[in-house]
Amino acid sequence: MATTLGKTNSGAAFGRSIPRVEAQAKVTGKAEYVHNLRLPGMLYGKVHRSTVAHGRIRGIDVSAAKVLPGVYAVYTAADIIKLIPEPYYGPAFHDQPILAVDKVHHVGEPVALVLAADPHVAEAAAQLIDVDYEELPAVFDEVEAMTSKAIVHEVLKPAGTFPDLKHLKGKRDTNIALDFHLRRGDAQKAFAEADHVFEHTFRTQQVLHVPLEPFVTVADPTPNQLVIHTASQSPSFVRIEIARLLGWAENKVRVKVPYLGGGFGAKLYIKTEALTAAAALLAGRPVKISLTMEEQFYQITKHAATLRIKSGVSKDGKVTARECEVWWNGGAYADIGPRVTQKSGFTAPGPYDIDHVSIDSYALYTNLPAAGALRGFGIPQLVWAYESHTDMIAKALKMDPLAIRRKNILREGRPQATGTLMRDAGIEKVLERLAERMDWEKSFDRGSGTLRRGRGIAIGFKASISPTTSVAIVNVSADGSCMVYCSTVDMGQGSDTAMAQFAAEALGIPVESVTVVHPDTDVTPYDMATLGSRSTYHMGHAVKLAAEDARDKLMQLAKDVGLSAETTPIPDIFRKKYGMQAGNIVGVGSYIPTYTSPDAHGQTDNATPFWMIGATGAEVEVDTETGEFKITRLVNLVDVGRPVNPAIVETQISGATMMQLGFTLFERMDFDAGQCTNASLADYKIPGIRDVPLVMENEAVDMVQQSGPFGAKGVGESGTFGVSPAIASAIDDAVGVRLTSLPLTAEAVYRGLRAQAGKPLDE
Amino acid sequence: MQRNIEFTLNGRPVTAQVGNHQNLVEVLQGQGLFGARESCAQGLCGCCTVIVNGAAVSGCLTLAPLIDGADVRTIEESQADGQLDPVQQAFVETGAFQCGFCTPGFVLMTRQLLDAHPQPTDDEIRHYLAGNLCRCAAYPEIIKAVRIAAAKRKG
Repeated sequence: MATTLGKTNSGAAFGRSIPRVEAQAKVTGKAEYVHNLRLPGMLYGKVHRSTVAHGRIRGIDVSAAKVLPGVYAVYTAADIIKLIPEPYYGPAFHDQPILAVDKVHHVGEPVALVLAADPHVAEAAAQLIDVDYEELPAVFDEVEAMTSKAIVHEVLKPAGTFPDLKHLKGKRDTNIALDFHLRRGDAQKAFAEADHVFEHTFRTQQVLHVPLEPFVTVADPTPNQLVIHTASQSPSFVRIEIARLLGWAENKVRVKVPYLGGGFGAKLYIKTEALTAAAALLAGRPVKISLTMEEQFYQITKHAATLRIKSGVSKDGKVTARECEVWWNGGAYADIGPRVTQKSGFTAPGPYDIDHVSIDSYALYTNLPAAGALRGFGIPQLVWAYESHTDMIAKALKMDPLAIRRKNILREGRPQATGTLMRDAGIEKVLERLAERMDWEKSFDRGSGTLRRGRGIAIGFKASISPTTSVAIVNVSADGSCMVYCSTVDMGQGSDTAMAQFAAEALGIPVESVTVVHPDTDVTPYDMATLGSRSTYHMGHAVKLAAEDARDKLMQLAKDVGLSAETTPIPDIFRKKYGMQAGNIVGVGSYIPTYTSPDAHGQTDNATPFWMIGATGAEVEVDTETGEFKITRLVNLVDVGRPVNPAIVETQISGATMMQLGFTLFERMDFDAGQCTNASLADYKIPGIRDVPLVMENEAVDMVQQSGPFGAKGVGESGTFGVSPAIASAIDDAVGVRLTSLPLTAEAVYRGLRAQAGKPLDE
Repeated sequence: MQRNIEFTLNGRPVTAQVGNHQNLVEVLQGQGLFGARESCAQGLCGCCTVIVNGAAVSGCLTLAPLIDGADVRTIEESQADGQLDPVQQAFVETGAFQCGFCTPGFVLMTRQLLDAHPQPTDDEIRHYLAGNLCRCAAYPEIIKAVRIAAAKRKG
């Protein structure tokens, strides 16, 4: 392909709905997943898990498992410690043991591992392990955990990764992993002076990601390196954390990630990697651990939360003060929960311009499966609370839901609760466009008889996690084709396609001549992780910088050999220099946004490099005889800056919305004494094709993120924000039943209808 | 217990030694085919969809000995001209997937649907594809892809 360097920023690659670069591989079943990987001599690992929620391990009897024909080895913490004396990991706290040490903290915690060449043998042997527990009192509720005598971890062990957790090191006898506080103005004084004060409490349930490719890792102990093939969203973190556990240099650990069969925040930090790596090193053979669907329910979940929110409001509906208390149920291990508590906590008052704000946000340990990041990173829980609260205030003041929002939203240039000024945040635009698409100011058919119709709107916002680093390399070959090396993981969001578009746009070459090299820590440079809708902005910047660097070098090379890069095909420039098709041009880009740490009151002038905005409007039809309701229309509006690939952006919006729709309508992990009782897709329903609302519309409003690469910013989560409260408000609008706990079931609506009629049902 | 079975795989005769406890997904993995994927292991998600004697089955619930003598077709079956078939083309054009893990199952079920209902109604589409789950929820695009594929097959 004799390409000549074209114009940069011409719109030839960026902003176009090109098909995904891996499309053919995916529709033919040939896309590469760790799921497919088999290595010569590989053993399969199966985990024996805790059957109690909280208990001391008195003894582990592995004798029957060890003698089962075909078993290669059985490992417990005693074996792990020989290899890794301090076998604890985690991004915020080093609280999670590779296998349980002395104590178990939740049902499903890994206690022992069996290796066998036949996975069925390993599975049978894992069942033969007998563990003797001394059960301890357990705590499951996040609010109870604040004062419970049941202490999940006797001593807190902050990882040291985040400087603001250092003061917690060695703290004893508390379940509070992190408490975040923000104070702006004087909320108490403003409450005293307010015309009205409203206070409501909301709850969200524990749910989980359910990627259809469950967690899977293969570790291969080669003579020079430990090679880890893993379905991970954070290969760089895996390398650093495994090297730390082993006391090795980073370059002795190589982490490779092909495509992921879904991630959604589940496959972040360390999940199955540490156990697989330790087992492979102990066995001296490649080891594969693939979790089953059931085991996913014990690995990582989304925080259940209790949210109390109180507002001072003037007669005309202006919110003057807001106090938020949020308790996040983090389960047995902190994972990234402390970051959810802080980074999401500071947006708890919502996208509203409020002078007096007080926020207290607590990450709690409980004896449930751990909670971490899940598409929205705490934001959907917060939006559920503040948008339901907003509509409850509006109803009490007989105000229109749109009018109360218009009166209070944060407009461009105004300070958010942290004091950071809103920039390129399309809150107003998204809200107004939603109102327009919903025909909000026109009359609405409210139904009749036993079928009543209602509608609701909700808007939320999110800060990007900051400050984080992305590094990229752009390599132009002598024939003019180009490879992008980056550690962003394509888990379905289309990052390979987006990064190819960024590189092509910045270099000025056709997007078809760019390929993206999959994460391989021996090859692709550092990236913080693929999370929090950060890749488009951060890695987009890094790839753009690398491509610009390569372009500059190519121009210089052409100049050095007396050619014009604008008119000479790229291969001819190389040939003139090297006398044949040879050589490379390598450009490097590294990006970290500026950031100011919050002060003791949570105040900072630079909380985030960009804001994500998402809003949903819902129309529902409720059957007053049964409480059943149907979503007849769902309209999703987001601000993603300039869309990199409009078709993929739309799929991200609707995909995020549908996922949150499952969390809104039916998904819920049920527990009995800490045991999840619906750990399978037979008992835990996720949305199917019949759950798609009859009418669903998605739109990215016309916005530009001035600081973003080619005006772009992230999109992966924004579609989740408004879904739950918009539907709850629509139900209230239809039949006057206000639900304050998720999920919004027909039973809950029916109970509300009966209570409303003065004939409440028994519990 | 191991036994030898013979079956037709994507048009070619093959033999395999299988255990009574093994399922069809494992048999296919033994043949180097990974397009049918065990996910929920309960026959609920459709990721392991395989066409056996013309019917779509869950590979995770089909015991290996039962496919002795069967005609087995998977997503890896090549089209005669080496090109993508109209269903695959339509999935690419509409971007009817994200992570792609469930995609082989959807492609195979869409072919079954269009074989039985060349011009499917919306309800027929939802009925045929109700047994396939997509956690990325590319359902609106999948419905579009089915309609485009129907038009392509007709044309």
